[in-house]
Amino acid sequence: MIIQSIAFYIFAGIIIASAIMVISAKNPVHSVLFLILAFFNGAGLFVLVGAEFLAMIMVIVYVGAVAVLFMFVVMMLDINFVELRQGFLQYLPIGLLIGLILLVELILILSSQFEDPQILAVSSLPIPPIEEVENTKALGNVLYTKYIYLFQSGGLILLTAMIGAIVLTLRSRPGIKKQVIAKQVSRKREDSVEIKKVTPGAGV
Amino acid sequence: MEIGITHYLSVGAILFTIGVFGIFLNKKNVIIILMSIELILLAVNINLIGFSAHLGDLTGQVFAMFVLTVAAAEAAIGLAILVIYFRNRGNIDVENLNIMKG
Repeated sequence: MIIQSIAFYIFAGIIIASAIMVISAKNPVHSVLFLILAFFNGAGLFVLVGAEFLAMIMVIVYVGAVAVLFMFVVMMLDINFVELRQGFLQYLPIGLLIGLILLVELILILSSQFEDPQILAVSSLPIPPIEEVENTKALGNVLYTKYIYLFQSGGLILLTAMIGAIVLTLRSRPGIKKQVIAKQVSRKREDSVEIKKVTPGAGV
Repeated sequence: MEIGITHYLSVGAILFTIGVFGIFLNKKNVIIILMSIELILLAVNINLIGFSAHLGDLTGQVFAMFVLTVAAAEAAIGLAILVIYFRNRGNIDVENLNIMKG
């Protein structure tokens, strides 16, 4: 139990420290790297409470896809980040004020009695004991039965996002030679070859 | 000391606040704003997982998975919009982001 507590405090400490670094780092590349660190530690927190599948999905989706996407965009766009930093402290007071209000409100909720014993007694989808059904299997059992429509809608959302991203960023620049196969196939002999009668001795 | 739901909710609350604070702090840099949104969604996921473990209910994990799906889609679309905005304007200054104002 003591090891679990120590692990929790390490993960929580690193996650909060790296989150602060994400929003305050001078170089956006460092921000992305700290975001990756935060996601890894978030996955660690998930493992601690027994949500192993989500922890692994977290590492794959966030670190493997989202963070790499951020990294690509940060590195490929030629942005003057020094210029963007100007006015950094201009919004600090109002940001601190709103952040403080938000934190105080959230802590007030935490310190109040937010648990209803009636809710605790009723569980719509009880987690099966880990000795019988592991986390991945238990999640799959409900995801492909009870939540199948939502799961398919999630797939459609991802498909829409993919098509949208491609349509938004695709551009056809003029003056670039490209292979057009239809044009090649529909090419006729008469269009490109001309037969000339040449009289002998007269030259072309 | 026993690690309970309150600890997880505290981490979630602090992370959420840092995310909101980051949006205010980096008001000019869209990339950092998108990263702050990712941090906020991570905080939401931590809350959902914490409650899932606390109540012994699998629904929270299913919800966290859908949040993850939407977060990935949102990041892809947001970065695509950012790329075409940069292509048109040459910078990513959010304060000038009112060209569509009628």
